[in-house]
Amino acid sequence: MSAPAAGRYVGQSVHRKEDPRLLTGHGRYIDDVVLPRLLHAAFVRSDLPSAVIRSIDTRAALELEGVVAVLTGADLNPGAGTLQPSMMAENPDAIVPPLKPLADGDVRFVGDPVAVVIAESRAIAEDAVELVDVDYEPREAVASMEAAIADGAPVVHPELGSNVAMDIALPENPELEAAFASAAHVVTERLVQHRHTPVPMETRGIVASYDRVTDQLEVWLSTQGPHEARRAFSRVAGIPERHVHVRMGDVGGGFGQKFFTPREEQTIVCVAKHLGASVKWIEDRRENLLASNHARSDIATVSVALDAEGHILGMKFDHLEEAGAWPVGGTGGTGPFAAMLLPGPYKVPKVWWRSRVVWTNTCGRGAYRGPWMFESVAREEIMDFAARASGIDPLELRRRNVVADDAQPFTTATGMTFDRVTPATTLEQAARVLGYDDFRAQQASARAEGRLLGLGIGLYIEPTSTPAATLGVEAATVRVESGGGVTVFLGTAAHGQSIETTMAQVVAEHLGVDYDDVKVVQGDTDRTPFGGGTGGSRTAVIAGNATREAALKVRDMVVEVAAHMLEAAPEDLEVAEGRIAVRGTPVRNVSLADVAAAVHNAGTGLPSDTPRLLEATGRYETPSPTWSNACHICTVEVHPVTGQVEILRYVVSEDCGRMLNPMVVEGQVHGGVVQGIGGVLYEHFVYDESGNPLTTTFLDYLLPTAAESPRIEIDHVVTDGPNPSGVKGMGEGGAIGSVPAVFNAVADALAQVGATVTEQPLTPVRLVEALEAVGA
Amino acid sequence: MAEHHVHCVVNGAKQRGIVESRTTLADFLREGLGLTGTHLACEHGVCGACTVLVDGKAVRACLMLAVQADGHEVTTVEGIASPDGTLSPVQQAFVDCHGLQCGFCTPGFVVSVTSFLEANPDPTEAEIREGISGNLCRCTGYQGIVEAVKLAAARMRDGAGVGQ
Repeated sequence: MSAPAAGRYVGQSVHRKEDPRLLTGHGRYIDDVVLPRLLHAAFVRSDLPSAVIRSIDTRAALELEGVVAVLTGADLNPGAGTLQPSMMAENPDAIVPPLKPLADGDVRFVGDPVAVVIAESRAIAEDAVELVDVDYEPREAVASMEAAIADGAPVVHPELGSNVAMDIALPENPELEAAFASAAHVVTERLVQHRHTPVPMETRGIVASYDRVTDQLEVWLSTQGPHEARRAFSRVAGIPERHVHVRMGDVGGGFGQKFFTPREEQTIVCVAKHLGASVKWIEDRRENLLASNHARSDIATVSVALDAEGHILGMKFDHLEEAGAWPVGGTGGTGPFAAMLLPGPYKVPKVWWRSRVVWTNTCGRGAYRGPWMFESVAREEIMDFAARASGIDPLELRRRNVVADDAQPFTTATGMTFDRVTPATTLEQAARVLGYDDFRAQQASARAEGRLLGLGIGLYIEPTSTPAATLGVEAATVRVESGGGVTVFLGTAAHGQSIETTMAQVVAEHLGVDYDDVKVVQGDTDRTPFGGGTGGSRTAVIAGNATREAALKVRDMVVEVAAHMLEAAPEDLEVAEGRIAVRGTPVRNVSLADVAAAVHNAGTGLPSDTPRLLEATGRYETPSPTWSNACHICTVEVHPVTGQVEILRYVVSEDCGRMLNPMVVEGQVHGGVVQGIGGVLYEHFVYDESGNPLTTTFLDYLLPTAAESPRIEIDHVVTDGPNPSGVKGMGEGGAIGSVPAVFNAVADALAQVGATVTEQPLTPVRLVEALEAVGA
Repeated sequence: MAEHHVHCVVNGAKQRGIVESRTTLADFLREGLGLTGTHLACEHGVCGACTVLVDGKAVRACLMLAVQADGHEVTTVEGIASPDGTLSPVQQAFVDCHGLQCGFCTPGFVVSVTSFLEANPDPTEAEIREGISGNLCRCTGYQGIVEAVKLAAARMRDGAGVGQ
């Protein structure tokens, strides 16, 4: 599969437009926004996991000089609209807990916002938070899924009556049962992925300014989706959508945490309306770790049946996922989607699954880079258990079951139809780059010296740009300005993905102008077309194809005008680097600025039906998810005494179709992989049995640094995506494949001495215990 | 709340301000002087996003009080490029190696790396990874940053000069 030729701009690793301002301290993030008479907010948060609020005494706080207001649920909750995102707000069947701006008579996790102090400075607001006296009557809490589903467990949401938010199962399948009964090998494990959290380097934040006379709300927001935020603010505050203006500047990462519009941001909008004032809230790191939506926390009993040659006969997946108390968006659950993706790149004739979502008195679940990715954890980990049980090498077992590149479209037993994916090719490419057989020999000789080396594979197919409601469509407007420069208006919301760069490349390529002459405008609801925001690996596919179409339309308009100016037929003209010339007679040419001048000035002799505005909107609606795929292979050494894990090599072979900018693609892979490594080895948000959080600083919640991170080797397979640009989404993939790859590598190292792990994180303590359990 | 006068030199210019005892250097730079390039990402001294140079040494501006800067010289990320806007070798290497994505941790890395390369102009990869391990990045997996440090070091050894 040879790579298609790159264009003049598309496919090139051009320098990023974002970099100079960000490198010199001239970015503009949310805390850099200052308004006249700006007030500052700080939240009073529950320090109990479950309790009834007897009373809230705000008198002492109100007496502090500089405090403007102390507001509670009694002030803000009555009249507040739904806080759910549009997908839930517009779905009458959505399962949603009774979320309000502030606690409504009780608290349901440590961090639940009870009151908000508004003061002249953040420091004074924080001082006043200490003076608010909340009298609680503690209740018993449930802090884990097992505790929540036990008989007689306290109920997190009394209004809903049960801690099981959702319970969906396929009917029992007699053919699957028969396949399991006749299988040569049946492997069943209880696999656990622990709770962690996205941790963008910039915490959340908002500046909201409300004018009572005009009923106008101006918002600056750290977000992944300003248009969705505008809808949310309109609903919660009862302000017409057209009177809500949301804009974003630079955003310091999101990873899903800023995709929907969280509770505190909506509460601050209610505060601004209540006071008729301008209010800023900048989340601090403790709040971010404590109360910004968490992620993962899944348990599944996974079974696979193999015939004697190692062919998969069927899989079972009994999945529990933790919603916490107030997940962002309904239950926050992704179980059925994970279950449908479970077969992944393998031929699995039959699948049974059950998916339950469980409420607990903990921080709510939300999106994090590949929210459904537990399917890859469950599948790839059980594949390695199956390899050990059957005595078939894990690479060989995958070879025997992987869907061939030329056997597509391929429809899984769960009804997913894949096309133009290359799991078999990436599996072989990654194994070749790593030097699979050489490593196995090295592993054996190291073992003879008492050392524990291991290798893990993570093979997956990733749904990108999935068409769910507003996420399946995007529009882009391209305009040639009066001086010949080009501006692109997008509904996207970059927070590290280099969209100013890649979309400018697309415009430069298809309109025929210089990359330096293109500017991208996004993140402003009054200036840009409606868009679903940046997340779900959707921007390159959906916004990218809309941008391409808009650029081509504007090119046609430019050519039409230039044809009159040059007295040539439009089909004889070519556009390159901002000049329109007669093909074969390059001296006959006009510039884009000349064309713009002809369009915008009277008396230029253009026929009356010629465009007088060089602007067009393109759109793209994706009919189905765009599938991309990759194989990750990781090798590790586990220290047998300390349990420390060192990553030796890390190889990725990936197919995201045509790359708009290979440098950007590889950067996304690097970052995703290290997030996955962090998740397996270091990051763990811990609650004690009573529901008290134990990891609310970076001293306790450990992130990978450069010293722990490996050099990542990336190779590409390029198969055109099913859209005019030939692209596929890829932003989440790095964080998907890396988790099973690292887990399997450590498990492989341990298996040499008979030790077993089934739960993440793979901390030194857990590994030492696993080794000691088998006397190693 | 007691207030104090602070006089210091920031990015080569004399500055003064009145601060509370508890005001951090980071808050003074951001709110008092409007130098918002210094970012706060943890405010407890772990992430390194707020790193600035005080008398040429890298410090975390969230762990230092503004009053402690009285009489000292501070360089923030805004003072690293040339006055005409030309990027420093470290900054240019970050562009060339895709050493940043969202950019929020970037000012801290630029300042830390500038200081690190002054102390160790010819580091190995392991020394680079150790040297920047006091700064957290959530986007890049550090690969582009490590490459940028290598490239900046090589260019500076070839005579491009450090920073300013």
